[in-house]
Amino acid sequence: MREMICINCPMGCRLTVDDSNLQDIKVTGNICPRGVIYAKNEITSPKRMVTGSVKVAGGNIAMVSVKTREAIPKHLIFDSLELLKDVVLQAPVHIGDVVIADVCGCGVDIIATKEITKA
Amino acid sequence: MRKMNLVIVGGGPAGLAAAKAAYDCGERDILILEREAELGGILNQCIHNGFGLHTFKEELTGPEYAQRYIDQVVERGIEYRVNATVIDVSKDKVVTYVSAVDGLTQIQAKAIILACGCRERPRGGINIAGMRGAGVFSAGTAQKLVNIDGYMPGKECVILGSGDIGLIMARRMTFEGAKVKAVVELMPYSSGLNRNIVQCLNDFDIPLYFSHTVVDIKGKDRVTGVVVAPVDEKLAPIMDKAELIECDTLLLSVGLLPENELAKQGGVELSNVTGGAVVDENMMTNIDGVFECGNVLHVHDLVDFVSAESENAGKCAVAYINGLESCAEKIAINCTNGVRYCVPTQLNRDDNYQPLNFKMRVANVFKKVELAVFADGVKVFGKKRPVVAPGEMESINLTAEQVETLKKAQHIEITLIK
Ligand SMILES: Cc1cc2nc3c(=O)[nH]c(=O)nc-3n(C[C@H](O)[C@H](O)[C@H](O)COP(=O)(O)OP(=O)(O)OC[C@H]3O[C@@H](n4cnc5c(N)ncnc54)[C@H](O)[C@@H]3O)c2cc1C
Ligand code: SF4
Repeated sequence: MREMICINCPMGCRLTVDDSNLQDIKVTGNICPRGVIYAKNEITSPKRMVTGSVKVAGGNIAMVSVKTREAIPKHLIFDSLELLKDVVLQAPVHIGDVVIADVCGCGVDIIATKEITKA
Repeated sequence: MRKMNLVIVGGGPAGLAAAKAAYDCGERDILILEREAELGGILNQCIHNGFGLHTFKEELTGPEYAQRYIDQVVERGIEYRVNATVIDVSKDKVVTYVSAVDGLTQIQAKAIILACGCRERPRGGINIAGMRGAGVFSAGTAQKLVNIDGYMPGKECVILGSGDIGLIMARRMTFEGAKVKAVVELMPYSSGLNRNIVQCLNDFDIPLYFSHTVVDIKGKDRVTGVVVAPVDEKLAPIMDKAELIECDTLLLSVGLLPENELAKQGGVELSNVTGGAVVDENMMTNIDGVFECGNVLHVHDLVDFVSAESENAGKCAVAYINGLESCAEKIAINCTNGVRYCVPTQLNRDDNYQPLNFKMRVANVFKKVELAVFADGVKVFGKKRPVVAPGEMESINLTAEQVETLKKAQHIEITLIK
């Protein structure tokens, strides 16, 4: 039995997870089905969303915020952040623009989350 | 003097949602005044994800959530001014603002919605001894420096306060290559969301010291360390157990204060619990036609709740403009036995019996309790909760019948049955 907190949304449900049989993980305490998926992933292959900001040239502000389109394997967090350090985008930037495609080969893109207009 | 029906002070999520709702109720004469260079408020610097699950059924980052509302305001052609700071709101609803484009301008409004958000408690607001070296920042200032200006405030840091801003900044600093040596929390619990403790601290093995505080800051030109000590039950530091943590940066995340200077100037009665206005179920203050919503009213942890509350304020402001009489008699909502406050603070003694939503916070962590509403000593509503905590706002929905019972009562009480 393990206690964990679902981090999928700000409700932060307190989950009780029976992982005695990895083929049949039982979860209670979740408000919605995403809690079950979270608990199973957390035991087998934990994933996290990564958000950050990268430089933008010629825009109305100096940095544009970015995120992974979906959660990526936890062990790739710092590798993907390292790649972001070298990126400089050109204004304009739109929400959803791909900043790095298929980051670290995990199949997930990093995309922009803010509108930047030309200065 | 220009005359307008509705002036909204603040273009953050609260102001934007109020404007949109007012427009959708048929009001066309609306102006939003925003002090910063862009709309969106504090969300512009909250680049992490965690916004909008309730409103949009998907999880967005702060800037994305803001953009959804900015788009809705722009699509409707609602008038707004950026770089426009409101400097006064008078009792007879004259709004004075300054901007580079319009200079000093006064508007006579029929209704005003105050949606000015909150600001961080500064270092002066808490007492820490020590040198005044560089390297002490409020967490929100640090957030703006890192996320918007692209500038790192330091390499090794300690964070005082485990509210959401402190937790989010612990991860953000770690992501940008800094070492976060500790998060120090005065209380025996965190006022932040549980998910943030998991994904911002536990994921990176950042220690969180409950019942501890910073008692001294070392370093003359630049911070070189902070002295951290445990506190006793009366929150007094136990000095002989104090320890030095070396660091070059201290981030203060010691709470948010609603920005109610304008409200005060306008004669709005404030609650000494929330720091925000005393409002009825229409989000109207004691001044007829002056409404308040969002973080200026009470500090929210979920922007979705801000949007919902503010849409209600927008709707009610339009009803007021269209000549719905405001009601003279108010019934106070009393909070007892561990319930710290409730918004609304009072109900109108009228016959408008519509379903209502109440938001409240508790004063401590309690397990296995029932959140209950009483009218003249009779239980009208009850909701069992496995655990309630000061960091998580509680929300209850009352039916039209329950609201009718409350509005006919002499005494309303919200309480925790333990
Ligand atoms: C660090 C941090 C992390 C958060 N994380 C989350 C999260 O993960 N999920 C979530 O759902 N919510 C989160 N929130 C909460 C959410 O962002 C806030 O509740 C919400 O932004 C409040 O909206 P608001 O419009 O009331 O205030 P604000 O966003 O502060 O907007 C107020 C606006 O009013 C303007 N203003 C103030 N005074 C004047 C004046 N005199 N004249 C003109 N304009 C003025 C300000 O410039 C500002 O733009 C977080 C908040 C913070 C600070
Ligand atoms: S179980 Fe569902 S409601 Fe609960 S925290 Fe997870 S995603 Fe949110």
